[in-house]
Amino acid sequence: MSMADDLRDLYQEVILDHGKHPRNFRHPADANCQAHGHNPLCGDMLTVYLKLDDRHVIRDVAFEGKGCAISTASASMMTEILMGKTEADAKAIFDAFHHICTEGDDAAIPPEFEEEADRLRVLSGVRQFPMRVKCATLAWHTMNAAIAGKREVSTE
Amino acid sequence: MTSTSNAAVKMGQKTNAPPYDLERVRRDFPILARRVFGKPLVYLDNGASAQKPRQVIDTMRDVMESDYANVHRGVHFLSQRATDRYEAARDKVARFIGAEVREIVFTRNATEAINLVAASYGRAFFERGDEVIVSEMEHHANIVPWQLLETERGIRLRVVPVDDAGILRMDVYASLLGPRTKLVALTHCSNVLGTVTPAEEIVRLAHARGVPVLLDGSQAVVHRKVDVKALNADFYVFTGHKLYGPSGIGVLYGKYDMLAKMPPYQGGGDMIRSVSFAGTTFKDPPERFEAGTPAIVEAIGLGAAVDYVASLGHDAIAAHEAMLLDDATRRLSAIPGLRIYGTAPEKAAIIAFTLEAAHAHDIGTIVDRAGVAVRTGHHCAQPLMERLGVPATARASFGLYNTLAEVDVLVDAVKSVREIFG
Repeated sequence: MSMADDLRDLYQEVILDHGKHPRNFRHPADANCQAHGHNPLCGDMLTVYLKLDDRHVIRDVAFEGKGCAISTASASMMTEILMGKTEADAKAIFDAFHHICTEGDDAAIPPEFEEEADRLRVLSGVRQFPMRVKCATLAWHTMNAAIAGKREVSTE
Repeated sequence: MTSTSNAAVKMGQKTNAPPYDLERVRRDFPILARRVFGKPLVYLDNGASAQKPRQVIDTMRDVMESDYANVHRGVHFLSQRATDRYEAARDKVARFIGAEVREIVFTRNATEAINLVAASYGRAFFERGDEVIVSEMEHHANIVPWQLLETERGIRLRVVPVDDAGILRMDVYASLLGPRTKLVALTHCSNVLGTVTPAEEIVRLAHARGVPVLLDGSQAVVHRKVDVKALNADFYVFTGHKLYGPSGIGVLYGKYDMLAKMPPYQGGGDMIRSVSFAGTTFKDPPERFEAGTPAIVEAIGLGAAVDYVASLGHDAIAAHEAMLLDDATRRLSAIPGLRIYGTAPEKAAIIAFTLEAAHAHDIGTIVDRAGVAVRTGHHCAQPLMERLGVPATARASFGLYNTLAEVDVLVDAVKSVREIFG
């Protein structure tokens, strides 16, 4: 059976790799904020851990949980991208990523995060699969909640 | 692995039922002709909701075009016609499960039917410390209404486990039946595992201790002949939309003496005998439990659906589905890394599975592109998922119109998931 192009776009090599071998898949002992993310539709659950310093810089970011290839890969890539960024950067990159997953509107990407956006564009295949956008954004919503001091987030 | 004929016998349904003409039956379901992503639709999500035959669609259109008015009101011609057709549907449903017509309450769905029993029977007869027995493989619809009473009334849920094959632990069930047990509320067929529970034995053991039994028949009634009198269940609930009927209509069967002692569920029009500010009196069952304008068209559509199923014959449907289950089980099992959950010998045509390489959600997306509709996720049975130790499964659930060729498409599509995920 030949694979449809949109499936090939969705399940690119780099996504399958992050899905199978997630980076920063651990629970840092010195994390100082964390949140639990849950997608009730599919049962995906993950916890995002952050270590923020007093200048609001992300010194460590990691996650644990169970999810599909898309949500796991997205979480894994997120931890790589956010390491060393500030809280404000993290929120701006999340906004850019959300655009990539839904609109595909490059004008919305702040120029200073063009490099991060380029890496995240590998997940833009979810645009063809509206039901899967929440998989791709679960970790990011959870990260956002952790920074905001919420302990739980659910993508209804 | 059982042979096809053995599987049918194990369903307890095989008689000399003549098989139906599958091609003709498929033509009864207009949606089966459509394509999805350029591929013929292979609809294997019947456990979530089944497709509708032309006979149901035409009946509903005909009511709205020719015989529609409100029911149980007005002396005019159309009101009488609509009432006659609505009550005729109740009669069809009653005959379909071997009940008396006055024992059939129309609800929105099975969930509302269970909530009705919990809110009416539960509030009237349960006290602090009383126990309701459910199982580990219940749908949330048969867990949460009782949990609400845990909070409100201080009752306690007792949970019968399932074994690794997905079979109800009858020894534990028997031991949980005690002096505080006020109701047994169990599935007749698991929507995830396909396990058919030994309903007669469940009822017999409960009745020996004077405990009434509610059976959730949402899946069972689709796959096998149900006779509520033979089962001797006190309550039996199911929904219309899984039974090839419309959504928005469900059924509560209750033994008449049980219904008769239950207070109203909701108040409003249609359920009252007379209303005054000095005091209101209520109608007898089933009207007592049908407040407000009911789902008139949907009820009549459900009547057409049970006629349709009866016209094919439960035995013929069960034999056909047993053949599909047998073939799909054998061929899916042969895929490396694929695991099937639910291997009870008494099993309906429902296959929950996981792949080692891929999450259920990824399976669902990939097979969807091949035109195959399966359910993925927790199937509204999170406690069961926890018992199985998986966050989610994919589920193929078969209906009376599915074919062996569609099993081929499913198997190829699942193999393509393995190709992507390696």
